[in-house]
Amino acid sequence: MATEEEKQQVGYLDEEQIVEFIRHANQLEHPREMIIDVLRAIQKNHCWVPDEGIELTATILGLTPLEVEEVATFYDKIYRQPVGRYPIHICDSVCCWSRGGEQIANHLQQQLGIEMGQTSADGLFTLLPSCCLGSCGCAPGLMIDQCFHGHLTVESVDEMIEKLRQEATA
Amino acid sequence: MTATQLLFKNRRPGETVFLSGYRATGGYHALARALREMSPDEIRQLVKASGLRGRGGAGFPTGIKWTFFPADKPNPKYLVCNCDEMEPGTYKDGELLRADPHQLVEGMIISAFALQTNVGYIFIRYAYEQQAQNLRRAIAEAKAAGYLGDNILGSGFDFELHVHGSAGRYILGEETALLNGLEGRRPNPRLKPPFPAVKGLFGRPTTVNNVETLANIPHIVTGGAHWFKDLALTVDGSGTKLYGLSGHLQVTECFELPVGIPLRQLVEEYGGGVWRDRKFKACLPGGASTPYLTAEHLDVALDFNSLEQVGSRFGTAGVTVFDDRTCMVAVTLNLIRFFARESCGWCTPCRDGLTMVRWLLETLETGQGSLEHLALLKEQLQNISGTSFCALAEGAMGPLAGLLNHFEQEIIDHIKTGRCPFDF
Repeated sequence: MATEEEKQQVGYLDEEQIVEFIRHANQLEHPREMIIDVLRAIQKNHCWVPDEGIELTATILGLTPLEVEEVATFYDKIYRQPVGRYPIHICDSVCCWSRGGEQIANHLQQQLGIEMGQTSADGLFTLLPSCCLGSCGCAPGLMIDQCFHGHLTVESVDEMIEKLRQEATA
Repeated sequence: MTATQLLFKNRRPGETVFLSGYRATGGYHALARALREMSPDEIRQLVKASGLRGRGGAGFPTGIKWTFFPADKPNPKYLVCNCDEMEPGTYKDGELLRADPHQLVEGMIISAFALQTNVGYIFIRYAYEQQAQNLRRAIAEAKAAGYLGDNILGSGFDFELHVHGSAGRYILGEETALLNGLEGRRPNPRLKPPFPAVKGLFGRPTTVNNVETLANIPHIVTGGAHWFKDLALTVDGSGTKLYGLSGHLQVTECFELPVGIPLRQLVEEYGGGVWRDRKFKACLPGGASTPYLTAEHLDVALDFNSLEQVGSRFGTAGVTVFDDRTCMVAVTLNLIRFFARESCGWCTPCRDGLTMVRWLLETLETGQGSLEHLALLKEQLQNISGTSFCALAEGAMGPLAGLLNHFEQEIIDHIKTGRCPFDF
């Protein structure tokens, strides 16, 4: 069962998730191997991982917050700062670069009125540079919500942004 | 296409083959044969005789790697599959798992039996969510069919297999960093020795193999060592290879072709030639860390030894082509930016050295460099080569060495004209 302290943190994980993670952790000899799973679940619910999320992960897995933090801060797909509803990971590695990735990144920055690393004023989009996304045959590409979009053109990117804006207001 | 298809045999555009489709083309026959007719040692000998070399980039002979593993020591000991494919230009494992995930599952069960391990992990990168889902489904299907779990096919052998998701960063592809990541520790690489075969995951003996390497195992069991070896076009080569094409080609897809196919044939026949009617200038033959090949190398056979002889590496066989309007200083700057950003920061040659190289290339590319910068660039190549804690910075020196070997004149042109000569 979840403790009182854990119940107060249900904004990050619902009670069922907490119970399931604790059950799984109890079966493992090294519960620490679940750190990324728990952090990713928190991020899915809350868009990013605040300090309370680090503490919750530590409580579930029987670790210190520092042991979780030193892992969380290593990975670029764990967000330790607020991001927009749709973080956009733009590949800037060599295959995408060779097929116009820079122009796509510049266009997105202009369209959204932000620089890389920033979030748009409406809170919807954060632009993040990413290393190779593993779809080099479909360059240039980007990733939103673990979904890859390739063969990008200025037009297709505009369409995608518009679609996401509509989805967000629907 | 007439090339023999093993790994891409079941591949259809936009489709994933699961258990029934996989079994329809002979799937899990090799597992039954291995468990019923072969001893673990016989399988290890077979893989050694097949000449299979690791498909993750380093090309170490798989059978020899397996001899370092204490198969007869008591469990727990682990088999780990490295699916952290993140070297720019490399997307073959992603394609394989998109099409036919059971191949990896079967390959891992046979390999686990050969190595006598009861637990396996597939460490998979964040961006491969679809592939991770495919694997989870394939594992569930294999379990239900009696290929995974306890007493597999009545053999008395037990094996459980887990998918472990990651959250980015190229360094996780380094096998000891991967093991730290899998354990939930900060994924800096570990000091070697001890090697993972002695002290790996959770301090226990561990073998780490690439996706494509493990997916080849069922085919070797079915076809035999000689048959597998003869699939290659080179005398000392072995098997087929997944070649991922990218960059300035007409066709940028992934093909399964024999090891040893000439670069020219790959570029012209399969890649459809260089795009926009331009000329071939250079390529990375096997991912971001392999020194460039130029037009003079078009007839070289794509294999480990033949590429080493011309000063490059086969790597992952992710071939990225650059046309004759590409600035190779700019290409190298892009690659060094990647390596510098992905450095874990653990050792000085990588953390500070790559930053220095990046600055030097930025200065040269924008036309603000002098011959002194060029000399410093050469000095950094010497400083970093062989001095870093793991292979990341060493790999970063691949394209830098290639730039200095083949395109030094291009650097000098930047210095002389005070600008990038390719900025039209």
